[in-house]
Amino acid sequence: MIRLNNIHKSYEMGSNSLHVLKGIDLNIEQGDFVSIMGSSGSGKSTLLNILGMLDNYDKGTYHLSGNLIANMSEKKAAKYRNDMVGFVFQSFNLISFKNAMENVALPLYYKGVPRKKRNLIAMEYLEKLGLKEWANHMPSEMSGGQKQRVAIARALISQPKIILADEPTGALDTATSYEVMEILKDINAAGITVIIVTHEHDIAAMTRQIIRLKDGRIHEIIRNGELKQFQKNYMKELETA
Amino acid sequence: MFDIDKWQEILATIKKNKMRTFLTGFSVAWGIFMLMILLGSGNGLSNGVAANFMNDAVNAMWIWTGETKIPYQGMKTGRPIQFHNEDQEIVQKVAGVGVSSGRYFMGNTRYSYNKESGDYTTITCHPELKDVENLILEEGRFINKIDILQNRKVVVLGADIKKALFKDSTALGEYVNVNNVPFKVIGISTEPGSTRNRNAYMPVSTAQMIFMGSNRLHNLALTIDAKTLDESRAIEEQIRNVLAKKHKFDPADESAVGLYNKLENYIQTMKIFQAIKIFIWIIGIGTLIAGIVGVSNIMLIVVKERTKEIGIRKAIGASPSSVIGLILLESIMITTIAGYIGLVLGTGLMEMINYFMVQSAGPTPDPQGTIFMNPTVDFNIAVSATLLLIVAGAIAGYIPAKRAASIKPIVALRDE
Ligand SMILES: Nc1ncnc2c1ncn2[C@@H]1O[C@H](COP(=O)(O)OP(=O)(O)OP(=O)(O)O)[C@@H](O)[C@H]1O
Ligand SMILES: [Mg+2]
Repeated sequence: MIRLNNIHKSYEMGSNSLHVLKGIDLNIEQGDFVSIMGSSGSGKSTLLNILGMLDNYDKGTYHLSGNLIANMSEKKAAKYRNDMVGFVFQSFNLISFKNAMENVALPLYYKGVPRKKRNLIAMEYLEKLGLKEWANHMPSEMSGGQKQRVAIARALISQPKIILADEPTGALDTATSYEVMEILKDINAAGITVIIVTHEHDIAAMTRQIIRLKDGRIHEIIRNGELKQFQKNYMKELETA
Repeated sequence: MFDIDKWQEILATIKKNKMRTFLTGFSVAWGIFMLMILLGSGNGLSNGVAANFMNDAVNAMWIWTGETKIPYQGMKTGRPIQFHNEDQEIVQKVAGVGVSSGRYFMGNTRYSYNKESGDYTTITCHPELKDVENLILEEGRFINKIDILQNRKVVVLGADIKKALFKDSTALGEYVNVNNVPFKVIGISTEPGSTRNRNAYMPVSTAQMIFMGSNRLHNLALTIDAKTLDESRAIEEQIRNVLAKKHKFDPADESAVGLYNKLENYIQTMKIFQAIKIFIWIIGIGTLIAGIVGVSNIMLIVVKERTKEIGIRKAIGASPSSVIGLILLESIMITTIAGYIGLVLGTGLMEMINYFMVQSAGPTPDPQGTIFMNPTVDFNIAVSATLLLIVAGAIAGYIPAKRAASIKPIVALRDE
């Protein structure tokens, strides 16, 4: 469903430009559970932004569900994002003056769903994530794990095909991180493609495909047998730790 | 635009930022408040002065005589000019003259009725004087044409004279002795804007026959029909020429015949008020613009503060137009509501001042005592000011809204 062909991306900063992505070829199928790893500055977030249509690429082609994603107007990009993608961010990015339910319901507001109906749907999703009692709480009154679950509910409410998560567990402790990963696994089990960026090997080990970036290129893709080995290594590490 | 959800969104953000919203609104409210106070005061002043003008007909003109100061056709200076009945007739014939009356003053005429008596000024005149001086008849009627033709011995008493001679009994139809000649009282009059009503009026023909034995007049009072300053000046010149020809003096000789043209004064004064009004509007609009710039600046800060939030909204599917709408509507709402509060307070204050002025003036307001009258703002002006506010809000929100629309959704992903 995602087809990247020789994607290049540079950031212009005054007179010099920084070549971040130097030809990415990548296929991700519907229902995949992918993690992107790589050292800091290797271009993980940049790649995720392009996948989420939050940023443009300079060269190459990007097809999403058979549609070429290029030179779109802001309006069209907004519509695509709203229909296709759900985002989960490291810093949760909840709107501080809206309570949990209103935050979750927001994507439906932009879809034009009436207030009563969208709040009802938001409550359903909060319940699924075990946050029913927190519906009327403001983000500032919630723990990191709770906030991230609200953010996931918000990403799910518009029933996207893909969930994109940039270091979703980066701000959480290990136990909470694992809870969040369990939720993402369930989402994936329901057929939604999940792509996460992470630094943590144990988190990556819970996905079913690991893409390693290095110097703006795909260094290796770990799946199947190699993945088993990877998982064994890092799970073991966890046990001994 | 009128979708409830949008308003709820905006109300929610305003509620969360009460102080900021208050400060934003305050500058606008203050601007409108000052504009209303200024406009109200301007109107009050203009109304007051206009009312003072109304004490006589606005288009009144008085002509009196003097001595020549410019030699003319071999005649020496210092020659006195004297008006007679014909002068009233020839002035009446000048194009543009409305009504006219000759006048002859008899100072210290003795009026008596039974045991009461007193000395008062008698103004002998034609019926038209009533229209020139806007005389008010409390009772009865003013002198009419038949009184003049038949030299009737009738008199109109000023209210103070009536009070002195008759106290509370009826005067109408009674006979008073004027320098020992009995005259029938036909009316009681007051002069607008005056607290002293100590003049009596009698037909000029009667007075000339009984008291003077001549057809002399002291001065002429008339009205003229002119729309503009130029027209009014042309009529004035015409009259001067006619009189100069008759009495053989230089038309440029201002001391031979004196002339007061009230319309000229009125038009000039109204022009000044027009200028004051324009000045007030300029100041008012200036204050308002300061308010708009203030709102615009604060909205820019708001947009900057909300950069991340707007990025998040865009990442989850907000279109640029919905973001523009959000900022624009918030700006319009703050400006309109705050402006409206300023409007209501400003006009309210002026209405209150007006109310107390009317109260303290008592049942018979005395326009001469105040140059400030009815200092309120026209309803139409208030309505157009409100519309102006909505436009102002849109202008104030325009740049911030554009700034907001250009925010890239990737800012949502960036950590501060
Ligand atoms: N908007 C931008 N303008 C200029 N340079 C940028 C911009 N965004 C990212 N970069 C640069 O591009 C490079 C890749 O950034 P990116 O955020 O994709 O890295 P990353 O792999 O996500 O790193 P991290 O693990 O630290 O999040 C970095 O050197 C970064 O400084
Ligand atoms: Mg990153």
